Amino acid sequence: MARIDLVDLAHSYNGNAAASESFALKPVTMTWRQGGAYALLGPSGCGKTTLLNLISGIVIPSRGKILFDGVDITGLSTQKRNIAQVFQFPVIYDTMTVGQNLAFPLKNRGLPKPEIDARVAEIADLLDLAPYLARKAMRLTADAKQKISLGRGLVRSDVAAVLFDEPLTVIDPELKWQLRSKLKALHRDLDLTMIYVTHDQTEALTFADTVVVMHDGRVVQSGTPAELFDKPAHTFVGYFIGSPGMNIVPAEVRGREARIDGHTIALNRSYDGLPAGAKIEIGVRPEFVDVAPSAPGLLSANIERIDDLGRVRFARVRIGDAKFAARVPPGFSIPGKVAGLIFDPSHVHVYADSRLVEGSA
Amino acid sequence: MDKTINQKAWFLVLPVFLVVAFSAILPLMTVVNYSMQDTFGNNQFFWNGVGWFKELLDPSTDLGERFLASLWRNLFFSAVILAIEVPLGIVVALSMPREGWRVAACLVIMALPLLIPWNVVGTIWQIFGRPDIGLMGYALNSIGLHYNYVSNELDAWATVIVMDVWHWTSLVALLCYAGLKSIPDAYYQAAQIDGASRWAVFTAIQLPKMNRVLLIAVLLRFMDSFMIYTEPFVVTGGGPGNSTTFVSIELVKIALGQFDLGKAAALSLVYNLIIIIVCWVFYTVMTNAGAERQANKGVA
Repeated sequence: MARIDLVDLAHSYNGNAAASESFALKPVTMTWRQGGAYALLGPSGCGKTTLLNLISGIVIPSRGKILFDGVDITGLSTQKRNIAQVFQFPVIYDTMTVGQNLAFPLKNRGLPKPEIDARVAEIADLLDLAPYLARKAMRLTADAKQKISLGRGLVRSDVAAVLFDEPLTVIDPELKWQLRSKLKALHRDLDLTMIYVTHDQTEALTFADTVVVMHDGRVVQSGTPAELFDKPAHTFVGYFIGSPGMNIVPAEVRGREARIDGHTIALNRSYDGLPAGAKIEIGVRPEFVDVAPSAPGLLSANIERIDDLGRVRFARVRIGDAKFAARVPPGFSIPGKVAGLIFDPSHVHVYADSRLVEGSA
Repeated sequence: MDKTINQKAWFLVLPVFLVVAFSAILPLMTVVNYSMQDTFGNNQFFWNGVGWFKELLDPSTDLGERFLASLWRNLFFSAVILAIEVPLGIVVALSMPREGWRVAACLVIMALPLLIPWNVVGTIWQIFGRPDIGLMGYALNSIGLHYNYVSNELDAWATVIVMDVWHWTSLVALLCYAGLKSIPDAYYQAAQIDGASRWAVFTAIQLPKMNRVLLIAVLLRFMDSFMIYTEPFVVTGGGPGNSTTFVSIELVKIALGQFDLGKAAALSLVYNLIIIIVCWVFYTVMTNAGAERQANKGVA
């Protein structure tokens, strides 16, 4: 049970702490509060596993500090950190039974036998492993094995946090969903800090109350799923989260207006004093742009195709050279190759060099 | 599905069949033929039925006594070198580096004894152990140990065993190393998280993951040591007395020394049979272990 603070934490695998370009994890300062359910979301190779391994102590950082409840534990070994971690592929001890597997972390820490037995029984119960306790772990299915790995992470009552490194990769979709609900239930029951690494946005958004998005070794945004959806702090968050992702188009922004392809779009806030020389883009989610019959005063676009997602239809269009997606309102039939676009001004964001600009009211 | 019948395929099998026939089947049948007969030279043979086999398994006869004595001697030798080489090989594999140029250096150094021809190994140790000019023999004698593998049975045994350990431990170590390398890092990381001690990591992860290669190592080392001939023959010639006469040395003595072709043929058939049976036992154990693993994959 602990709050985890990262202070100017960074890591480079080739041991060069000076050149920030070689950092697998670029300097980050942030706090993980006790009892939170976090998801660490990002594409492969963005540094999320590095960050996880730094917290668990498998990797020692080249720079910065890690505090558990204010105590610096940067130099401590994994064993002394009270961290549990579950890996991508199930790790089980082949020669042991399920029960012995679950008891292993406690036995290594020299707990008395009655206490171990009680704890193992409790966790086995939570994970529906109770009927298998006496079975050899080696003979079980992949999802049962992964449950054992989870169990070994949860069995210690003193852990500061449980870290999950893409734990459901090897699990069938159906069971994936069950296990994820199980994890969520466990989080509610056990009041543990959980950090869940994944590159699957659905997994992140359904599991976590705070999603931390990483890109290219940097934490680009951390917030609730709704915040990430409504107000992406970085263009990467915009198109990584949501399906289809956010439309990002280069634009000229002046005051309360943005010009795209010679056409003016109204903005809700005023954007004066944008940094000179920066790459200015506007971002808007397809959900907030409607396709309409082309008319003067509307930005016109060439329709390439319509994607029917069942619940909703999206038109893939082109504005000049830029690709764009927009919602097709229910009951609307496409008149021809050219259509107009209606923007919802409150959801049009302005980005300078990929970062969100707040603007003024 | 209709199969086309084409008898020409037999011609494709013919070369292999001929090679196997001349290299394995015919020689073996010749040996079977000899084992049933006796000869006093001049290429004259007399039918003896299973007489040689009866004698071979009867310790009260000269042949039986020699065979059984060399068999027990050989089994004891195999047991001793397995008891030394397997644990030693594991320890060596565990202490080998995991990455960097040291791995290559280690592998080359370890492979060296395996590359030396067997009679050269024998010669190296034969000279190494000589009390007059051998480095080891001279050194041992000059610190007051009366070491002489030519006259002392214990010294002869010690020399032959140390030589085999020197020659073959690398094989066990290399196999174990391959087994260790195949363990994913996640296992070690999980063990770290679980607070496992070094010993617990060994017994819970490394040993179970190595069990297949260990079985292969034990099989190879048993077979090789059970058939050992060259090295002890070069060093001790089977002596002093008969103390280091292993089965193959005995066999050569009977076949080429005394030219008792019938006895030698019977002995080599029994010898062969023992090796095949042991092989079969190992094979069964290994495939059972494999089948268990396969079954698990099926479930998963």
